[in-house]
Amino acid sequence: MKHLPSSIRRHLAAVRAVLVLTVVTGVVYPLAVTGVAQVLFRHQANGSLVERNGRVVGSSLVGQSFTDSSGAPIPRYFQSRPAAAGHAYDTTATGASNLGPEDVVDTLPAPGRTGRRSLLTQVCARSLAVGRLEGVSGARPFCAPGGVGAVLRVFPAAGAATRAVSVNQACPATPFVPRYQGVRVECARPGEDYSAGRTVPVRGAVTRVAVPPDAVTAGASGLDPHISVAYAVLQAPRVARARGLTVERVLDLVRRHTVSPWLGYVGRPVVNVLELNLALDGE
Amino acid sequence: MTPSANSAVGAVLVTGTVFLALALCYRPLGDHMFRVYTGARHWRVERVVYRLVGVDADAEQRWPAYARALLAFSIVSVLALYALQRLQDHLFLSLGMPAVPPDLAWNTAVAFVTNTDWQAYSGESAMGHVVQTAGLAVQNFVSAAAGLSVAVALVRGFARARSDTLGNFWVDLVRGTIRILLPIAFAAAILLVAGGALQSFGGHHGWTTLAGGGQTLTPAGAASQEAIKDLGTNGGGVFNANSAHPWENPTAWTNLLQIFLLLVIATSLPRTFGRMVGDNRQGYVIVSVMAFLALISIGVTQTAELHAAGTVPQATAGAAPQWSGLAAEGREARFGVPDSALFASAATLTSTGSVDSAHDSYTAFGGGMLIFNMLLGEVAPGGAGSGLYGILVLAVITVFVAGLMVGRTPEYLGKKIGSREIKLASLYFLATPALVLLGTAVAMGTTAGRAGIGNGGAHGLSEVLYAFASAGNNNGSAFSGLSANTPFYNTALGLCMLFGRFLPMVLVLALAGSLARQAPVPVSAGTLPTHRPQFAGLLAGVTIVLVALTFLPALALGPLAEGLSR
Repeated sequence: MKHLPSSIRRHLAAVRAVLVLTVVTGVVYPLAVTGVAQVLFRHQANGSLVERNGRVVGSSLVGQSFTDSSGAPIPRYFQSRPAAAGHAYDTTATGASNLGPEDVVDTLPAPGRTGRRSLLTQVCARSLAVGRLEGVSGARPFCAPGGVGAVLRVFPAAGAATRAVSVNQACPATPFVPRYQGVRVECARPGEDYSAGRTVPVRGAVTRVAVPPDAVTAGASGLDPHISVAYAVLQAPRVARARGLTVERVLDLVRRHTVSPWLGYVGRPVVNVLELNLALDGE
Repeated sequence: MTPSANSAVGAVLVTGTVFLALALCYRPLGDHMFRVYTGARHWRVERVVYRLVGVDADAEQRWPAYARALLAFSIVSVLALYALQRLQDHLFLSLGMPAVPPDLAWNTAVAFVTNTDWQAYSGESAMGHVVQTAGLAVQNFVSAAAGLSVAVALVRGFARARSDTLGNFWVDLVRGTIRILLPIAFAAAILLVAGGALQSFGGHHGWTTLAGGGQTLTPAGAASQEAIKDLGTNGGGVFNANSAHPWENPTAWTNLLQIFLLLVIATSLPRTFGRMVGDNRQGYVIVSVMAFLALISIGVTQTAELHAAGTVPQATAGAAPQWSGLAAEGREARFGVPDSALFASAATLTSTGSVDSAHDSYTAFGGGMLIFNMLLGEVAPGGAGSGLYGILVLAVITVFVAGLMVGRTPEYLGKKIGSREIKLASLYFLATPALVLLGTAVAMGTTAGRAGIGNGGAHGLSEVLYAFASAGNNNGSAFSGLSANTPFYNTALGLCMLFGRFLPMVLVLALAGSLARQAPVPVSAGTLPTHRPQFAGLLAGVTIVLVALTFLPALALGPLAEGLSR
């Protein structure tokens, strides 16, 4: 060894250091953790799986979608939060929508082009659908009655308006406002480029919102196992009706499957949807 | 109390709990690390390691030798990790995953060796057990230990007088790994499993859900990897959803534990520094500057997120105070908005790429603050080791600026800050901004760069700026709307990470070498005292002004333009 140039010796030491430290931190450490975990916390270490009649039906930590094969909500089950496209409670493809706070303009489908719904329109559409399912208003600020984002492109980009287009409402829809600054609002013609105008989201006059925020937004993992207490309370009458139970009985189960914040202030009070639905099935 | 005030109070309480826990660890952990890096005795297991590696553990290294050992170790690490990924299809326990493509394997290898952990891949569908635990997680340990080594070498530069040497890289690397990172990571991993994190190396197995769909268990050593991912300020999650994934971060309290792990080493190191230079007050000054900057940043982000300005946040929140703090887009219900914001702040203030929420979906100002955290150079408190050496370089610049004001030769901790020292410190400060701004400019100027942008308008520039800020500062988190798994971004961000890590490190070691050689200057009436609040204020001011001057134009075009346009 001594006769080798110092740079070669240094790199040989580096190779051996990588190997030795790989054994220590990459083999011994994870196996030691696994050993202790499998002895002390076997259930958690293996995924917190829950069984019914001896068959695994899920993990209490991982959300499920309670929809039928056509994607429609099953009325007798509490519904989970929406999941971002491509991440719908699939454990092999987790993630978020990663859409920003000003993602408000849709790309309307046109011949030879698939459309893309903006985050705002997704929120509005979900709100409308949840409202319909639960028999309440699905209206929200910045949402047009049809469940799309209430957004205008106003021309020119600066100065007094000469033209206004409701960009998320494809013709022949009736625009959600008839006039903007004295200019008649047009519906959007798919395929036409409106990007030269300035974007004006319109808040509207909605003051009371019935559908809670977690019901209209996707989580960060695509596997969110929980919903807010508010969303569970909103769903309770529909589930009770579908199952022939009293609303009080269903709300009682909701209370029993509510996870309180740790120490009273860490996290939010939430309801575990799978555990609640399992309890309902056991009634 | 209104529920809206309630969630604000909750945010304050959670932040206060984390700060209290860190304060309680400051002395014991700082003192422990002091003993680790100054003790003369080797443990028996360490002697075995030194013999296997073939190094003389009692030989001291001059700064070039220290730097060469660090670089050799890092180069071999990159090659080993690259090979492991390229050969994945031939490895056992690979869960049937194919070999990783060359540009992605290069990017990932560099990302983990540089403590960045930028992830252009999706863990559950690209990496098997062996690459995860024996490749990526190993670098989570040793890249953090390497960062700690460089910090300790710089502190020795201040502490030693008329000395040519800075210690021994191999000893610092091994001790940091075995005596600091391994024990804490082990304890944290067990706690995470208790909370519900996965820790099993079986194969995939599936089940039928209540509604009749299919779901699969994706086995992984999630707890063991998660613990060191946060403790070592790495950030590379086992799963694509990272710390938002319920099998990685199952509950509100594991979320709090992870936030604590992100911060604990970096906030205790100033104690180690104070002990090593023989004046604990110097450590208190550094840690109070870190805490001050962190508090402001956390406050801004949490306020912005609870206030929910912007079109989609307003449409979501529905202006209903009783729902304040409930999960919004890209936030998990069990964490809610304030805790997610605290995690995001902690991750970007340290050099960690961990995310428990989608930063891309934050409000313009909330997300802008996260970018600003990284642009600060991650010194409040910064990554394991890199935070301390980053803020000490800023302290050197601060005494220089103060010296200019009063016309005296600047000195810090009894060492003269001469032209060589200030040149090295300035080069250190310029290296990362140059990488970030040039990288962003190149990406915006090329078709390949613009092709990856996911959101339109000002938010698109924020995505690219975030990516290069994250790579240049070795953070690793992302505005994930950017499609970064392309040959262009894999290569460009890889280079950015490599130079963003090792250029500053070599400059720091050179600075340490030149400081160690000096004889101490006696304290005189003209010495600027660096153990008083006055210096803490100066240091915080210099840090913010330097960053603002460097990055304001880019921030104005990205997050500020987006936030102010409504």
